[in-house]
Amino acid sequence: MQIHLDAEKCQGHNRCYGLAPELFDVDDYGQAVLLVDGEVPAELHDKARLAASNCPEYAITLTQES
Amino acid sequence: MTDVAKNEQAEPEVANRGFGDRDPIFGDSPEGTDVWQRVPYNPDDYGPVSDFATDFDHADPDYNPNAPKVWKQLREDGCPVAHSDRYGGMWIPITHDTVHEIAYDTENFTSRSVVVSVGRPGDMAMPAPIGGVPPISSDPPFHGQARRMLLPPFAPKQIEPWEEEVRILCRRLLDDMGEITPGESVVDAAVQYAQHIPVNVIGRMLGFPEKDEALFRKFVHDALERINEEPGTRDGLDDLGHYIGAQIDDHRENPRDDLTSYLMNQELNGEKLSDDIVGGAIVLLLVAGIDTTWSAIGSSLWHLAQSPDDRKRLQDDPEVMTFAVEEFLRAYAPVTMARMVAKDNDFHGCPMKKDDWVLLPFPAANHDPKQFEDPDKFVIDREQNRHAAFGLGIHRCLGSNLARLELRVAIEEFVARFPNFELAGDVTWSVGQIRGPRVLPVRILAD
Ligand code: HEM
Repeated sequence: MQIHLDAEKCQGHNRCYGLAPELFDVDDYGQAVLLVDGEVPAELHDKARLAASNCPEYAITLTQES
Repeated sequence: MTDVAKNEQAEPEVANRGFGDRDPIFGDSPEGTDVWQRVPYNPDDYGPVSDFATDFDHADPDYNPNAPKVWKQLREDGCPVAHSDRYGGMWIPITHDTVHEIAYDTENFTSRSVVVSVGRPGDMAMPAPIGGVPPISSDPPFHGQARRMLLPPFAPKQIEPWEEEVRILCRRLLDDMGEITPGESVVDAAVQYAQHIPVNVIGRMLGFPEKDEALFRKFVHDALERINEEPGTRDGLDDLGHYIGAQIDDHRENPRDDLTSYLMNQELNGEKLSDDIVGGAIVLLLVAGIDTTWSAIGSSLWHLAQSPDDRKRLQDDPEVMTFAVEEFLRAYAPVTMARMVAKDNDFHGCPMKKDDWVLLPFPAANHDPKQFEDPDKFVIDREQNRHAAFGLGIHRCLGSNLARLELRVAIEEFVARFPNFELAGDVTWSVGQIRGPRVLPVRILAD
């Protein structure tokens, strides 16, 4: 599973940081920062889905490697 | 009222208030100048709303108590954008798609005024893109600059350390309710609890004296709930201007580690912020943070008073709070914002004219079945919840991390102290763009 954060779309709702702190941090302005390099470890797939499906700005996308 | 009459009236009042001889930072401007224009609307000519599709009024006393029914009806009647001749002309998008689209379209919709009222800023008022209370009244590109300045003190890691203080405050308010006899004692969860929390917290962050809490509440009330009154009668705004001016002076003499001193040290275009800008930002924080959070806490307790299952779930499974907080915010979002039409445009067949009002009912967007499964149902562990309670796009609530903290801790502490409670009489809802219970009697029951 690949995860992508669109920094332009992020408005700092901080939902991802709250739901998946293993995958997201926030900077001094409250903007999300992705902690992994694209590839989501298997044990964090659920959290990645949770973060993506709660972002009000649709800034997080997941792609499944086949 | 002429300018002279207004000035004569204002003088003695200033002297009596004990804020020194300083001019107010801001305040109402007399109508008829290019700063403030009375819109051709007299609420008495209209009376109660008969049809929300064509005569919408969010300030109708029946609106807030019944808002979810109003939105549902409008949607089922196939009305994505309602209209009203009130306030000189107003449009009301109801669906998530239309609210989202307008929030993102800062070209056609300006934030010059975000509270619908009988007066609107004229062309000589602090013009867009700055507006009177940046950043909420600002448009790009200035908006980003003003917002960036305020973001750091409200970022999650700056807000997290306030948790203990909020918790202590909530416990003190619960203690202040006195002796409780389960099954008999009735407390007002809005008046005795919810309303005190945000005002205390922001006051402390700003470094304002605790004894002024009641004064803040009056100011916020004046600014938000008296929207149908004549601009010249809203003296509360002048008072607030004086008060904040005096606080700024005090901080200049005694700088300290708080939000007011932080703001006074900020620079814009290489220059320290003027007192006007600092004062405007402080007012914004008071106005934007107090009624809103108080309403969110009140509505959540109103819900819990009627839902034993949800009370029990919070007790048995404290982890569910992560989802519960967001569901409270979705289901009972307290904040409807507004925009003004910046230039004539056709919005999905609606002929919008420059200076028309547009309401942005984020709460209605949160009840759109296209966006949320079973939107009128409260699902305490709703897993997919892209709610818009804190807005959408560039104006995302700057205080959202603080608001969320206050809401969570306020609920946690209330249900920890009183695991069981029920409604104990008539609930009074606010009137206007901020929706929440203002009188909320609950009877405390045995654990
Ligand atoms: C549950 C409580 C709250 C809710 C539901 C709420 C909601 C909102 C919404 C919907 C907006 C967007 C405005 C727009 O699009 O025009 C907003 C903006 C804002 N809010 Fe809140 N708010 C809450 C609490 C707070 C608190 C506690 C503070 C600060 C202490 C605050 C400060 C602000 C500021 C400064 C803005 C303007 C941001 C900008 O224009 O960039 N809010 N809020």
